[in-house]
Amino acid sequence: MMLLLAAGTAAGILVATTLIGPKKEFADKMEPFECGEHPIVSPKLRFSVKFYLVAIFFVIFDIEAVFLYPWAVIFKDLGIFGFVEMMIFIIILAIGLIYVWRRGALEWQ
Amino acid sequence: MVPLNHYLILSAVLFSIGAVGVFTRRNALIIYMCIELMLNAVNLTFIAFSKFLNNMDGHIFTFMVMTVAAAEAAVGLAIIISMFRNKETVNVDEINLMKG
Amino acid sequence: MEILIPTIKLATIYPEIIITTFAILVLLLQVFPTVIGKDYLGYTSLAGVILAAIITGQGGASGEGGEAIYSFSNMWVVDNYSRFFKLIFLLGTGLTILISIKYTKDEGINNGEYYSLLLFATAGMMLMAGGTDLIVIFLGLELMSISLYVLAGYVRKRLISNESALKYFLLGSFATGFLLYGIALLYGATGTTSLKGISGFISEASFGSPILIMGMLLLLIGFGFKIAAVPFHMWTPDVYEGAPSPITAFMSAGPKAAAFAAFLRVFIEALPSLQGIWVDIIWVLAALTMTIGNVIALVQDNVKRMLAYSSIAHAGYVLVAFVSTDKLGVASILYYMLAYTFMNIGAFAIVIIIGGKGEEKINLKDYTGLAYRYPLTAAAMCLFLLSLTGIPPTAGFMGKLYIFSAAIKSGYVGLATIAVLNSVISVYYYMKIILAMYMKEPESSVQHSPLVFTPAMIIALGLAVYGVLRMGIFPSAYISMAQQSYLSF
Repeated sequence: MMLLLAAGTAAGILVATTLIGPKKEFADKMEPFECGEHPIVSPKLRFSVKFYLVAIFFVIFDIEAVFLYPWAVIFKDLGIFGFVEMMIFIIILAIGLIYVWRRGALEWQ
Repeated sequence: MVPLNHYLILSAVLFSIGAVGVFTRRNALIIYMCIELMLNAVNLTFIAFSKFLNNMDGHIFTFMVMTVAAAEAAVGLAIIISMFRNKETVNVDEINLMKG
Repeated sequence: MEILIPTIKLATIYPEIIITTFAILVLLLQVFPTVIGKDYLGYTSLAGVILAAIITGQGGASGEGGEAIYSFSNMWVVDNYSRFFKLIFLLGTGLTILISIKYTKDEGINNGEYYSLLLFATAGMMLMAGGTDLIVIFLGLELMSISLYVLAGYVRKRLISNESALKYFLLGSFATGFLLYGIALLYGATGTTSLKGISGFISEASFGSPILIMGMLLLLIGFGFKIAAVPFHMWTPDVYEGAPSPITAFMSAGPKAAAFAAFLRVFIEALPSLQGIWVDIIWVLAALTMTIGNVIALVQDNVKRMLAYSSIAHAGYVLVAFVSTDKLGVASILYYMLAYTFMNIGAFAIVIIIGGKGEEKINLKDYTGLAYRYPLTAAAMCLFLLSLTGIPPTAGFMGKLYIFSAAIKSGYVGLATIAVLNSVISVYYYMKIILAMYMKEPESSVQHSPLVFTPAMIIALGLAVYGVLRMGIFPSAYISMAQQSYLSF
C-alpha cells in the first residue's frame, strides 16, 4: 500500500510537470553543468595522471579506516590487548606511508 | 521487512549482470567495473545472510572484501594505465600480441 | 559486555611473521639505499626465506608427534600438511630469488619492490596452506594474487609483460568473484565460514540443499581458475609467456601448489559429504586438463609457451590424484608438487640463461646444438625435461608412478589410463627440445653470444638437479614424509 502510494505520487508529479509546466528551451539549459551556468572549459579536459596517484593513495589509506570503526566501538572492552594489536596495524600502515613518501610519489613535479 | 529471498535474487541478478558484462564489454576499464559489480553483489549476499542468520561473520567478511577490492582497484588501474602508456588503447580486442 | 579474547599462540605464525617482516624490510631498504647496497636486496630476502624455512621445518609450536595445533579461534592450524606445503613454497621462492638476481639487473628492475612482492606472495601462499577458515584462505589467496598481478607486469617497458599483467588481473579477479560468491552461498547455507563448522553442519543437517550445491560449484570454478584447469585455463599461456621468466617459474610452482593446498583442504575437510558430486566433476576436469594441455603443447615453438601448456597438463595429473581423495592420493599430490617445484624451476632457470638480455632467445631454434657448446647446461635441461616427461630415474617418474597407483587403487582405472596415454603424448614435445639440443648441429649462420652463468644461478641449478635426482633415486624418505603429512588432516 505504502509502495503504491509512493510510486503513485512520484509518477503523478512527473506527469503533472510535463503537462502543466512551462516549456522553454535555450542553449544554456542543454549544457552539461547544472543550473544553466556557463561552463568555462570543456569537461573533456585531460587530467594529469598525478591526480590518479593521489586518488589511489587516498583510496588505499582511507579504506583501512573500516577496521578502525569496530575497534573504536568496543575499545574499552578490548583493553590493552586491542590497543597493542591496532597499534601494530597502524604502524604497518605508517611504514607504507613512509615508503610512498621516500619513493617520491608525493612530489608534485 | 523485506524477506531474505529478495536480497538473494537481487544479488544474483547483479552478479549475473557483472559476469555477462565481463564477456561482452571490450573496454578494460568497463570490464573492471563489471568485476567490481560482481564483488559488491557478493557483499550484498553476505550482509543479507548475516542479518538473516544473526551472525556477525558475514559483516567481517564484507569488510575484508571491501579492503581487498580497494587494493585490487589500485593495482588494476595501475596496470591499465601502464598498458595505455605503452599502447594507447584499453580495448581488449587490440591487446593480442601473443597467439598460439 | 564481556569480550572473550581468543587464546593466541603467536609461535604458530612465526614463519609468516618472518616472511612479512622481511618483505617490509626489503621495501624500506629500497627507499633508504644508504643502509646496504641495492645488490644485496636479493640476498636479504633469501635470508628471510631460509630463516622461515628453518623455523617451519622445526615445527614451530607443533608437537613431536605431528598433531595439529589450532590457534586464533580455530582459524589457523599448524599441521604436517600445512608445514609440508609451506616448505614447498619457501623452496620455490628461494629458487626464484636465486634465478632472479642476474635477470633483474639485466632488465633494470633490481628493486626492493620486486623481492618484497615475491615475499608477500609467499606469505599469502602460507596463509592459504594453514588457514582453516574461509576468511583466512580468501585473504591469503588475494595477498598472493595481487602481488602476482604486479609481478607479471613488472617489466613496464615491455608490451607483452603489460599484456600479461592485464589479462592475469582481469581474469584473476573475475575468478575471485566466483570464489567469493561460492563462499557467500556456503556461509548462507551453513551459517559459518570455518571448514570444520561447515562439514559438521552438512553432516547433521539436511544434505544437498540447492544453495549448498551452487556454492560448491562456484568454489570449484574459482579454484579451477587458480590452478588453471581446463576449461578455466585460457589465461595461462598468455600470462606465462608475457611475464618475466623468473616470475613465470615462480607462478607455475608456488602459487599453483598453494591453490591446490587450499582446494584440497576446503573440499576434503569441509565438503566430504558432497564428495559424490564433486569427484565426478573433478574426474572430467582432470581428463580434459591433461589432454588439452598436452595436445596444444605439441605445436608450440616458443619454449616458454610450451612450458605453460605443459604446466596445465601437470595440473591435470595432480587432479587425477585428487579424484582418489584418500590418504594415498593426498600424499602423492604433496610429493608431486615438491618434485614439480624442483624440475619446473630448473627448466625455467635454463630458459632464463639461454634467453639472455631482453628474453629474445626463447624459441626452439635457439636451443639447436646447445649440447655442443655447453654440454653441462644441455645435460641439466635434458634431466629436467626427462623428469617432466616422467622417465626414470627422476623425481617426475616417481611422482607420476605414485599418482597413477593412487588412482588405480581407488578404482579409477579409466582415468589412470588417460593419464598414462597423456604422458606418452608429452614425450613428443619434450623430446623436441632434447633432439634440438643434441642431434642438430649448431646453425653457423646464427650468432651465438656466450651464455652468462652467475654463482647464484649455478647454486639454483645445482639444487634443482640434486632435488630431481635425489627424489627420483631415493624417494622413500620423501614419500613417508608426504604420507605423514596426511595423518593429521
